[in-house]
Amino acid sequence: MISLKNIFWQAPSAEFSLRDVSLAIPDNTYAVLMGSTGCGKTSLLEILCGLRQPNKGQIFLDDRDVTILEPRERRIGYVPQDLALFPGRRVKAQLSFALQMRGLSDETLIQQLAEDLRITHILERLPEQLSGGEKQRVALARALAAQPRVLLLDEPLSALDESTREDAMILLRTLQSKHALTVLHVTHSSSEAKALGQLRLRLDHGQIVSA
Amino acid sequence: MPLLLWNDLNSPSLTRNMRTFWLSLALITAAYLLFWLLLLGATAAYSPPEVWLNTVMKPEIRYAAALSLLTCTAAAAIALLFAVPIGYFMARCQFRGKTLLDAALDIPIVLPPMVVGICLLIFFQTSIGRSIEQVVSFTYTIAGVVLAQFVVAAAFAIRTMRGTFDHLSARPEEVALTLGATRFQSFWHVALPTARRGMLAAFCIAWARSLGEFGPILVFAGATRMRTEVLPTTVWLELSVGNLDSAVTVSLAMILIAVIVLVAVRATGEKV
Repeated sequence: MISLKNIFWQAPSAEFSLRDVSLAIPDNTYAVLMGSTGCGKTSLLEILCGLRQPNKGQIFLDDRDVTILEPRERRIGYVPQDLALFPGRRVKAQLSFALQMRGLSDETLIQQLAEDLRITHILERLPEQLSGGEKQRVALARALAAQPRVLLLDEPLSALDESTREDAMILLRTLQSKHALTVLHVTHSSSEAKALGQLRLRLDHGQIVSA
Repeated sequence: MPLLLWNDLNSPSLTRNMRTFWLSLALITAAYLLFWLLLLGATAAYSPPEVWLNTVMKPEIRYAAALSLLTCTAAAAIALLFAVPIGYFMARCQFRGKTLLDAALDIPIVLPPMVVGICLLIFFQTSIGRSIEQVVSFTYTIAGVVLAQFVVAAAFAIRTMRGTFDHLSARPEEVALTLGATRFQSFWHVALPTARRGMLAAFCIAWARSLGEFGPILVFAGATRMRTEVLPTTVWLELSVGNLDSAVTVSLAMILIAVIVLVAVRATGEKV
């Protein structure tokens, strides 16, 4: 379960803030968070990951207070909006990164993920040689290779065209089910929210409301 | 995306006013370039090639060239060791007083070179300096040449690396943290490989700056022939004994090296 309690955060530019944000997402739930552009959705994800510290409030994962834990201790997979693939690293090395950081190697896991995400044919390619859809699948596979309990997706479908978006939505639901993940998917598209969200939330003026 | 392509100057849609404006800027650019080409051309035409050959075969010139290669490489390498972490720190961290620190890091760039040399000389007269000299001797030694070159070159290398890291998105490093990396691992495995070209540019710039360093070396390490003499001090020594041909030859060699370094930096694609 993901639980945020009374999170306060002020953006450095003071353009927006998160005010008393509380939410609870049960295990194995595909939750969708909507909100207008610039309302703080990405910042909320970054706070969950541990990339930003809230001014006040607490973050719980499976009833464990992770508020002051480093990102690497939270076992949260994160796919940012710009995907942020590692420059100069081939796809296989991108997928192996999480295992490499733990001093491990698991070819079987990498191969399985590559098959699930349909990227076995591009394992030796560099990021600049990938299409938008391929980059997105590589970023997902990279996050899943860390075997997270929670997956955070920041507008993962925004750069895809209509046909690939449909495929991607099916893929996301399949992955969530197969890996028993708790997913928080940020989007400004209500059609995505309707298609994917078992739990739909909206961030409005710095506060969470049910959609 | 440029505002104007050269072919556009003949376009009928371009007004006379606009054409005059762009041509004036082109003229100023050409005049400045011509000025430098005249200086370099005059220097190159001063002595015949036979004189160049005789000069470079002199043992003291060859010693100075070899020493310059060695000390510049050492100074640039050490400068890079400092520039990478400092540049990363300044690019990624926000803290009170950052603007002041930013300015302080540029001090060696704006200080008169002779002042840098005097500062080094005075420092090594202090108790701390004398203690260091008991372990490694710097004053009027080759190590002193390296130190004098490093002091100014490092500031340029830091500025280059700061620019490199400023232009690199921090997002991949943040994703690395979520994938199990520590802050150091994120820096080592993600940021550094991406900053390769910037590091090469910083090294080249530090190297070129070290090559041209004269004031601090003269004051702190001296210009002893066949000992602490490097190419810039060679020019000064040759001039001081009235040997203009040798001074010009060495100057031309340094100009050639500077052009090669410039091309190398441009080839990295880094903006410096």
